[in-house]
Amino acid sequence: MVVRGNIVGIDSPEALERALRTAYYLADDGLATAAYLGLALGKPLLLEGAPGVGKTEAAKAIAAVLGRRLIRLQCYEGIDASAALYEWNYPRQMLAIRQAGEESIDIYGETFLIERPMLAALRAPDSTVLLIDEIDRADQEFEAFLLEFLSDFQISIPERGTVRAAERPVVVLTSNRTRDLHEALRRRCVYHWIDYPTAEREARIVMMRASSVAESTARAVVAAVGKLRREPLSKAPGIAEAVDWAEAATLLHARGARWPDAFKRSIGVALKDEEDLTFISGRLDALIAEAAA
Amino acid sequence: MSDEFRLPRAAGVFVSFVALLRVNGFAVAPEQTTAFLAAIELLGPRSMESIRQAGLATLAPPPERRATYDRLFDLHFLGSEAVDHAGAEDEEVVRLQEEGRGQDETLLADEANESGLVAARAEALVERRFAPSQTGDALRRLAREAPTRLPRRRGHRRMRARRGPWADLRRTLRESVRNDGEVLRLGRLKRRTRPRKVLLLIDVSGSMKGRTDDNMKLAHAVVHAAPNVEVFTFGTRLTRVSRALRLKRREQALSAAAHLVSDWDGGTRIGDALQAFLAVPRFGGYARGAAVVILSDGLERGDPSALRDAVAKLSQRAWRLSWLTPLATGPGFQPQTEALIAIRHFVDDLVDGGSSAAIVSHVLSLGQRKAA
Repeated sequence: MVVRGNIVGIDSPEALERALRTAYYLADDGLATAAYLGLALGKPLLLEGAPGVGKTEAAKAIAAVLGRRLIRLQCYEGIDASAALYEWNYPRQMLAIRQAGEESIDIYGETFLIERPMLAALRAPDSTVLLIDEIDRADQEFEAFLLEFLSDFQISIPERGTVRAAERPVVVLTSNRTRDLHEALRRRCVYHWIDYPTAEREARIVMMRASSVAESTARAVVAAVGKLRREPLSKAPGIAEAVDWAEAATLLHARGARWPDAFKRSIGVALKDEEDLTFISGRLDALIAEAAA
Repeated sequence: MSDEFRLPRAAGVFVSFVALLRVNGFAVAPEQTTAFLAAIELLGPRSMESIRQAGLATLAPPPERRATYDRLFDLHFLGSEAVDHAGAEDEEVVRLQEEGRGQDETLLADEANESGLVAARAEALVERRFAPSQTGDALRRLAREAPTRLPRRRGHRRMRARRGPWADLRRTLRESVRNDGEVLRLGRLKRRTRPRKVLLLIDVSGSMKGRTDDNMKLAHAVVHAAPNVEVFTFGTRLTRVSRALRLKRREQALSAAAHLVSDWDGGTRIGDALQAFLAVPRFGGYARGAAVVILSDGLERGDPSALRDAVAKLSQRAWRLSWLTPLATGPGFQPQTEALIAIRHFVDDLVDGGSSAAIVSHVLSLGQRKAA
């Protein structure tokens, strides 16, 4: 098997894991393996998982490790080719036609082409990482359109011809699983389901991301967040919320609030749904006392 | 096939694993098998764990079938015998928590239950077989009329139109090129409409026994009549059956669903089931902006407050919430049970669900109704 040139110096999942750590991202074995295989086999990497488990962060860290620019395409309902691929600059084209008068003019030249993320990634495959974020938000028409892009890494612009990547670009897709993705899309990708990290790993992530947070605070926050995730909440706190909570509690404590109280008062950065807060309010004291113990 | 293409012996065990996965209902494409072999070569293989990881990354088993995948992997590579195909407690089945209200109360199936089956605390978990029966007129009507009569909403994609809020610059430019750069007419764009999501929640408890067969057939028909339909069954558990019902042949789809659902004709815990539905973010999201149709008699034992809270939340998320009960026999129906009285202010329709014809009529009328 040919290992692609884009991962020179990274010859195993462990090496990638170490490299990701230097980009402040702690990946577990599964994620490191999937990401390594994606890079080495030249396949897109599809990351699925609950909101807030670090899917987008993983893409950012991969770009940092490879020393490339991250191009992010945020998907939304109704996204179409003109938002993802390219668009013509119509006012400029119109002006050019008028100014040209009798002369002939190529209104489909490079100067009139507005490059969108996917075209940009195709034209500069060795200096960018393309992140197609929250593909589950896009509708099925867009998903079908993406299939062609992901199998051949080429797109056709009717007025100019086909643009093909000289090398397969690094593509990372993320999905929150609000709908089932098409099997054909999963098939084309290297797949990984990101779970919430273990308490130990999450505490290390909190300390790495928020350097001002003491280890005991990080552990207490992670324990509390772990308990909250087991409750039937409409939005369970993700890793980013855990980091924010630890920072907020540390800040309040530094400004004079007593310890478990500072922890409790800053719950608003972890739970942001009024119904969830009401639901948990009765047991919050016990939960926090238990976590802080 | 000529002998030159014989697979290397070492690869045989991996390829036969893929075959095993396929037999067990995993969709694995040939290119995924190739990627699997390439990944194993790339990773070493240094340990069983790296083979497992290579398989997970390239064969991409869906997360809700991960447990089954792991068992098959262990069986194939480690020779473990602990394979149990039926009992996958996966994400698609949410078992309702036992603690909480009515700790000592046995969950009795409703007295109206014809078989007299008693679902005690040990849930009545039975596998159902669907009796073959003729497709009713109602289902044919549904298939015929659904494409035009199910509710639609404005989407975010744009289409050409005579009038509309946006200028169609691409078309205008193309036309103007033909006229030496003169813009004679400005093309317009408007938003397309698209089918609204439909969410069916079907009560399969003992008291609904007489309706369950027909309701499942109806669900199958709705899934095939519209693109955006999710179906869940509930009794003592909550089970997502949308994927099974997508199979085209009805008998096949219903038997696939029958395998998934294990609480047919058992007790009813509607409130808990709906709470469980809302608590899984992935499921709860299906209700947002959807036409939600609940097929249930609403016979809830015990405290109706859990049911009321769940229905209130559901109605906030839904575009329109319809509760179809076989107890509502006429237009002047007044709910008698405590549970139905508790929820009637939150549902937009509380109407007859006693026959397939009535349910189909209601579903087909949704398109004409407005969000409440």
